[in-house]
Amino acid sequence: MTLADLNLVRPELILAVGALLLLLVGAFRGKGGPVFDLAAMLVLAVAGAAAVTGDQGRAFAGGVVVDNLSTFAKVAIYAASALAIPLGGGWLRARGDDKFEFAILVLLAALGMGMMVSAGDLISLYIGIELHSLALYVLAAFRRDDAKSSEAGLKYFVLGALSSGLLLYGASLIYGFAGSTHFDVIAASVQGQAHTGVLFGLIFLISGLAFKVSAAPFHMWTPDVYEGAPTPVVGFFAGAPKLAAMVLLARALSEGFGAAIGQWQQVIVVIALLSVFVGAFAGLAQKNLKRLWAYSSIANIGYALLGLAAGGESGMQAMLMFMVLYLIDVTGFFACLSALRRDGKPMETIDDMAGLFRERPGLALAITAFSLSALGLPPFSGFFAKFFVFKAALGAGLVWPAVLGLVGSVVAAFYYLRLIKVMWFDPAPGAVEKPPATAMAIALTAALFAFPVVLIALAWLEPLALAASAAFG
Amino acid sequence: MIGLTNYLTVAAILFTIGVFGIFVNRKNVIIILMSIELILLAVNINLVAFSVYLHDVVGQIFAMFVLTVAAAEAAVGLAILVTFFRNRGDIAVDDASVMKG
Repeated sequence: MTLADLNLVRPELILAVGALLLLLVGAFRGKGGPVFDLAAMLVLAVAGAAAVTGDQGRAFAGGVVVDNLSTFAKVAIYAASALAIPLGGGWLRARGDDKFEFAILVLLAALGMGMMVSAGDLISLYIGIELHSLALYVLAAFRRDDAKSSEAGLKYFVLGALSSGLLLYGASLIYGFAGSTHFDVIAASVQGQAHTGVLFGLIFLISGLAFKVSAAPFHMWTPDVYEGAPTPVVGFFAGAPKLAAMVLLARALSEGFGAAIGQWQQVIVVIALLSVFVGAFAGLAQKNLKRLWAYSSIANIGYALLGLAAGGESGMQAMLMFMVLYLIDVTGFFACLSALRRDGKPMETIDDMAGLFRERPGLALAITAFSLSALGLPPFSGFFAKFFVFKAALGAGLVWPAVLGLVGSVVAAFYYLRLIKVMWFDPAPGAVEKPPATAMAIALTAALFAFPVVLIALAWLEPLALAASAAFG
Repeated sequence: MIGLTNYLTVAAILFTIGVFGIFVNRKNVIIILMSIELILLAVNINLVAFSVYLHDVVGQIFAMFVLTVAAAEAAVGLAILVTFFRNRGDIAVDDASVMKG
């Protein structure tokens, strides 16, 4: 370990030291508050700036890779985490649950996700995954007195630990049969004919990561955890952790197993299409909006995986753009959902949304924008996201998967449109309470991004994503 | 002579028991936690056996990380289990179904 190594992991060091210092401050003060949240956001901003301005290269004998891809993903992850802190903090304070640990846990999760996107070998991959998972388990169970929240935490923990176990067993097999934990050595060992043991391990590794991104058939935890966990927390872990896990999967597959693409491409295509259809059809039966968006996220991960299966530079670029645009969508949607209360009760079912347009036109318009965007209707951001994915899939010769993906998207249109119909045309059963300013601001900004701003933003997002995926050409 | 295959077989058996323990067990969350530990133990046996076989120390370092993380994971899991128990009064798996679907 040299100073040059430490220099490359500056964002991680800033986050780790910042989180520990804030933990000390919090322990002495005994409570959080807006200023504390602001300090945590500042730590994330400084870490983001360090990631953008820092050097690139490999540290710790190749265990940590700092390149355009990791920087791109880190900025998106830190930004999403920074938004989650005031959103969640304000939500918890409004329910008399003022705990400083919330901001710390988000910081630690961001640290773990940053490590995931920089992982260059199986050990740093595992440490990154566990660091962010352990923080997220606690966040899901954060409302200790709520039976649903602790049940969500328990389910998330058990299935998350199982998925870590699968992943780790795969990692141990890959280590044994490829002879190293480093992705580049593994890549050399799968040149030509890969050993069956390595491929066996790869399947376990893909299964473990598919759990983390909640792709079918490993999605069964998602609806329960989304329903039970606190709403702003759901907004956080529907976005950033999935981006991190997708980038990690992309890096492991293309850097470690690029030569074995014939072996994993079909597996990823099958998982992608299963996710699209499970998300589309199971979503039809849902009444609870959090469950509905859980299935929507399963379907959307399917499209991102389709981009990944396309492989190469354009596939990677499509996956990155899809995940970033989707991240903004879910963050905005759950910000809206966390802001809505009627007669002292949270509005969580589709029927609760009745008449929202007459009472809160701003929020209703925002939810409409997010739904249409998740549906993939032009001119919303989701359309461009899917456009790039389908273009990459067609470019890689995956014609049938692309067609089936489109069919799934048409089926899913039904539930998004039903939500919009209920909001706009059904009579309202009671008065909606005034939404908190922070959540409103985040929701409206995200909604503006989903429609007009995205047209301008695409002009710089596209080259950035292309530069980030250049390493996988 | 006990070779690599024997160790891998034991690890595979432990891993399978662990996975089945999670899915088949319908009684107690503590048993699920034990099953998770079994899975991690299987992984560690794999790693150390490979490490010896390959004459490469990285596998043992990996095993150390796994042990450390497993301890942290068990702590978090038990803490969540305690809040679950406080809200519910028992820890039976069958009752963990306020949410369905």
